[in-house]
Amino acid sequence: MTLDILLFKATLLVYFIATLLYLVGVITRREQLGKIAKWVLIGGFAVHCVTLGARWLATGLTPAASLYEALSFFAWALVGTYLLFDLRYRIAVLGAFVCPLALVLMIGGSAAPKQIPAANPVLDSWWFPVHVTLAFLGYAVFAVAAMAGVMYLLQERRVKAKKFSGLFYRLPSLDTLDSINYKCLTFGFPLMTMGIISGAIWGNSAWGGYWRWDPKETGALVVWFLYAALLHGRLTVGWRGRRAALFAILGFLCLLFTFLGVNLLLGGQHTFKSFTGQ
Amino acid sequence: MHIVVVGLSHHTAPVEIRERLAFAPTAMEKPLRQMLELPAIAEALLVSTCNRVELYAASKEPDTAVAALRRFLADYHGVPLDEIEQHLYDYQGEDAIRHLFRVSSSLDSMIIGEPQILGQIKTAYGYAVEFKTAGLILNRFLHKAFSVAKRVRTETGIASSAVSVSFAAVELARKIFDRIDDKAVMIIGAGEMCELAARHFVSNGVTRVLVTNRTFERAEKLAAEFQGRAVPFEQFTEHLASVDIVLTSTGAPTFILGHKQMEEILRRRKNRPMFLIDIAVPRDVDPKVNDLANVYLYDVDDLQGVVQANLKERQKEAHRAETIIAEELGQFHVWLANLEVKPTIIALRKRFEEIGTQEVAKTFGNHKDLTDAQRKGIEAMTNAIVNKLLHRPIALLKRTQNDTNGEDYVDTVRELFDLPVPIVDEALLEPLDDDPDNR
Repeated sequence: MTLDILLFKATLLVYFIATLLYLVGVITRREQLGKIAKWVLIGGFAVHCVTLGARWLATGLTPAASLYEALSFFAWALVGTYLLFDLRYRIAVLGAFVCPLALVLMIGGSAAPKQIPAANPVLDSWWFPVHVTLAFLGYAVFAVAAMAGVMYLLQERRVKAKKFSGLFYRLPSLDTLDSINYKCLTFGFPLMTMGIISGAIWGNSAWGGYWRWDPKETGALVVWFLYAALLHGRLTVGWRGRRAALFAILGFLCLLFTFLGVNLLLGGQHTFKSFTGQ
Repeated sequence: MHIVVVGLSHHTAPVEIRERLAFAPTAMEKPLRQMLELPAIAEALLVSTCNRVELYAASKEPDTAVAALRRFLADYHGVPLDEIEQHLYDYQGEDAIRHLFRVSSSLDSMIIGEPQILGQIKTAYGYAVEFKTAGLILNRFLHKAFSVAKRVRTETGIASSAVSVSFAAVELARKIFDRIDDKAVMIIGAGEMCELAARHFVSNGVTRVLVTNRTFERAEKLAAEFQGRAVPFEQFTEHLASVDIVLTSTGAPTFILGHKQMEEILRRRKNRPMFLIDIAVPRDVDPKVNDLANVYLYDVDDLQGVVQANLKERQKEAHRAETIIAEELGQFHVWLANLEVKPTIIALRKRFEEIGTQEVAKTFGNHKDLTDAQRKGIEAMTNAIVNKLLHRPIALLKRTQNDTNGEDYVDTVRELFDLPVPIVDEALLEPLDDDPDNR
């Protein structure tokens, strides 16, 4: 086992512990555990940074070319984004929703083949790291929005139906969750836009065309329009609350499909296979 | 030393009995001093609230102390003991410690988690300190009880949810809006319930208050009270779009706010959420309004439901509090036992070593021709004998200090070796635990 794989497994383990702590903390309502979980997660994130660095040294490429690398990179961006959000919002319960998602991504990554990708001139461009970093940060921000959306729907149902179970006491206020949705949108949308633009520039240098209507590009465009619609609705008509939460969840599902589904089901030039020859 | 308590509370006695046995807060000195004069009582504390009367004491002979306290409670109030006997309870040792921990953590209260009881016990302790009826043990005991109560309060959600209708409304608002200090409240109809709820909102930071009423003067009066603004009843819907929380309790026989109207108002405020609290019976707001997105409508029954749910939640948290208390109980018990054991061990060792040094000195006096090496040998042998003899009794004392019969060993050892009554080591007061928040 090479160093980067070993580090990846260590990261996975630490994320697993953090997830467990978050969940147990929320279930038993011990705030202490949430705080510990956060520090564990910060530790895991640090290990993850080293993991990506080691992989980068091992392959000589930005570690987002194979499925394994991309999932790991996604999880890294997600955890980093969450930790940044935590500085502002301090909601341990959000961690209990985001952390399991990061863990799932990591588990997915650990199941994918981990060979070092074959050299590919397409990847040997400065636009590649710019594109993937922007795109994955956008993904991560939208993932947080989707998790906040799930929390919003759970909490809204309780407040509307006047049913107060344990979760009602643990979840934050509707306003907070809705403002996370908005914040994510204002950060995620520009990131995604820049991700698409940088991707087009990269595409031009790699394949000699800005836009080729390949399945992934089309998918990304659909998702972009979805989020554009939500942003527009929020700013002009006052879409918010339940509708915004549903949109965020739907948007993220489409995004996941673009990220994974296109790769695994539809094919095209923008797939891990074409990148890595695996 | 044991802690004992004799008392009665809302669990065991109706208010008619409780009020007859209560002690006036203005005259605590007399009963406290009298308690101290009772047989077998070393330290005394008296808690008297509208829900409970409890006499705490530190005593060497717990059974005698309990009997004396029972008699005292009856005699002091001039009530025959057999008349109140059935309402009294008493606890000794661990049970007494647990009892005060539970009481001060508000687990024994009528409404679990209510915050007043801790203050009342602090006041009671204040009297015991003022009149010097609390000594080493009760001082430590009460401070421990305060820190346990604090732990329970911070580590469990026992007091975190509202158990009154008007406070439940404020709490719900916080689950909808997060902060409410930048929100505006409208009061429709100047009923008493509405006023009370509005007061809760204002005391939680709401500054913008609008009041409307069919009689405008009444609205103006109430508005002045909240430094708000009165609006004519005919135009109140026009102002609705600018408020976030609505409290309504008019005597209107039909709905004054319907589905259509609210839909329009929401459009005007771009769907910013609204919280409507309908306290009126018959209701003022069409219940269908709750189906609109971003509007949350609660009537009196709903709020009552919140209170019920909160009470259940507190009950659940109380279970966790019991675990905390069990933990702290053990700690305190060890300290109390240590109070006796540690000085006894020190005294025992001192006594043995004294005998050793005396005898060695005597031997040296009688045998002046001993060489230095021989003297050293004799000293070492004496020390070894002392230590070997002490080993088992000390080990036994240490081991049994947490058992119920630990005290018997302490007493026996003292008797056997004629040890002086221990003066408590001041150092024992320090290490046990962090100190509670001081008043």
